[in-house]
Amino acid sequence: MTAPFIADALGPRGKRRVLLASVVAGGLLAAMVVVAFLRLLHKGQFSDHLIAPLRQWSVQRFLLLGMVNTVKAALVAMVLAMAVGAFLALGRLSRTAPVRWLAGFYVEIFRAMPLILLMFFCALGLPKVGIHLTPFRSVVVALVAYNGAVLGEIFRAGILSLDRGQSEAASALGLTYWQSMGRVIVPQAARRMIPAIVSQLVTLLKDTSLGTVVNYDELLRRSRDTGTFYGNTLQVLTEAAVIYIIVNFTLSRIARRLEVRQRRKYKAGAITVTGVEDLAVVGAHAEAAIA
Amino acid sequence: MDVVLDNLPAFLRGTRTTAELTVLSFLFALVLGTVVAGFRVSPVPPLRWLGTVYVEVFRNTPLLVLMFLFAFGFTKIGIQYPFFTSAIIVLSVYTGAFVAETVRAGINTVATGQAEAARALGLTFLQLLFLVVLPQAFRSVVAPLGSVFIALIKNSALAATIAVSDLTFLTIQLTNSTSRPVAVFLGSAFFYMLLALPSGWAVGWLERKLAVRR
Repeated sequence: MTAPFIADALGPRGKRRVLLASVVAGGLLAAMVVVAFLRLLHKGQFSDHLIAPLRQWSVQRFLLLGMVNTVKAALVAMVLAMAVGAFLALGRLSRTAPVRWLAGFYVEIFRAMPLILLMFFCALGLPKVGIHLTPFRSVVVALVAYNGAVLGEIFRAGILSLDRGQSEAASALGLTYWQSMGRVIVPQAARRMIPAIVSQLVTLLKDTSLGTVVNYDELLRRSRDTGTFYGNTLQVLTEAAVIYIIVNFTLSRIARRLEVRQRRKYKAGAITVTGVEDLAVVGAHAEAAIA
Repeated sequence: MDVVLDNLPAFLRGTRTTAELTVLSFLFALVLGTVVAGFRVSPVPPLRWLGTVYVEVFRNTPLLVLMFLFAFGFTKIGIQYPFFTSAIIVLSVYTGAFVAETVRAGINTVATGQAEAARALGLTFLQLLFLVVLPQAFRSVVAPLGSVFIALIKNSALAATIAVSDLTFLTIQLTNSTSRPVAVFLGSAFFYMLLALPSGWAVGWLERKLAVRR
């Protein structure tokens, strides 16, 4: 996959050049690492009173429970967002024009908004109109509002990616709209959408960190509190980043593997959103499917 | 509605800051991402590793963590910039990872015969990359790059957390200072769309213009 695209094997001179470049590049990288290390050392960032708290079980437990809260909000939001997304997809594909417009309006509004603004709106705006949400609910509501729109587009793209013949055959057999949706279209489309849904879960998990701005007690919030308490913001935030990378990297790998398997199984291919965290790609797929 | 019209100057100021953040960060991310994509397909192993590590690290870390790490963590080792500059650096570095992945996907769509022909003509790797492969690669990823750009418009809102007075920051202020949060929110949505919709059209136009006809 990551093989260099120079298809032909290198000759003796090419090999020498690559070796030279490798040594130079490796040397430069090593030098950069050394400079960074010395800088950290010089500024006393390796001193024990900054590092030691990270080794304490109480601190580790505090951070890990923060991650548990992150995952909790992400999972609840994911399940609800899938339900909202299903409604929106059906709405946008509906034969009744006003329903189509309404669903389309929702999707256009919420996919244009930054998620962080939705969170602020839930936490600061809604209380002014008499709706008070706990931080957890603010996070979940914002995540669902936004990801519902995204998943709705993914679902729509999945349904539209099916060959038209499927729904034509279904109606030729005398199935009603809902019967053909429920028994023919959705079961096939759902399989194609699995990788895209898992990728979206990764994005959603990352986005849960925005909950920190509305004081939801998740990993980033707890990392910042720890950093403020021990004065080791740099170290704690680095640790938080590492935790996120491990979890998200694993999930991304699963998504990619699922996608490869889908590709092999159904020649038409799964709909892809890996790499780009925006549904415009999915939208493009949908448009291509319509054309 | 009135609350939006009354505060139109604030909204316009915020929209302008958001546009500046987005465009500047995107330009830097484009350069950075292309270089990293070049690393990832280069015949030099250490550069390939660097490219892979870069992409995996920045793609899998939440942007807000990077933002806080850079703005509040790096001050401890004497790295400190004005918040606007910090926001642009973080947004560029983060978006660069997505650009790199997109450009690499574009490179993969270029037929291997192209690279082989270039090699046969005696072009070096850099000549081959910049004269033959990348010009073709970019044409095929206009739409995905466009969605990276539109995602960046929204991601730039995170600059509000480090006190850059962009559209989100001013929206929060207005939400706090007025009693019409829903109108303010919808007004803000309007201005974000004002940035996103023309960008979408421009991307569509570019895509048609540059489409590879085979």
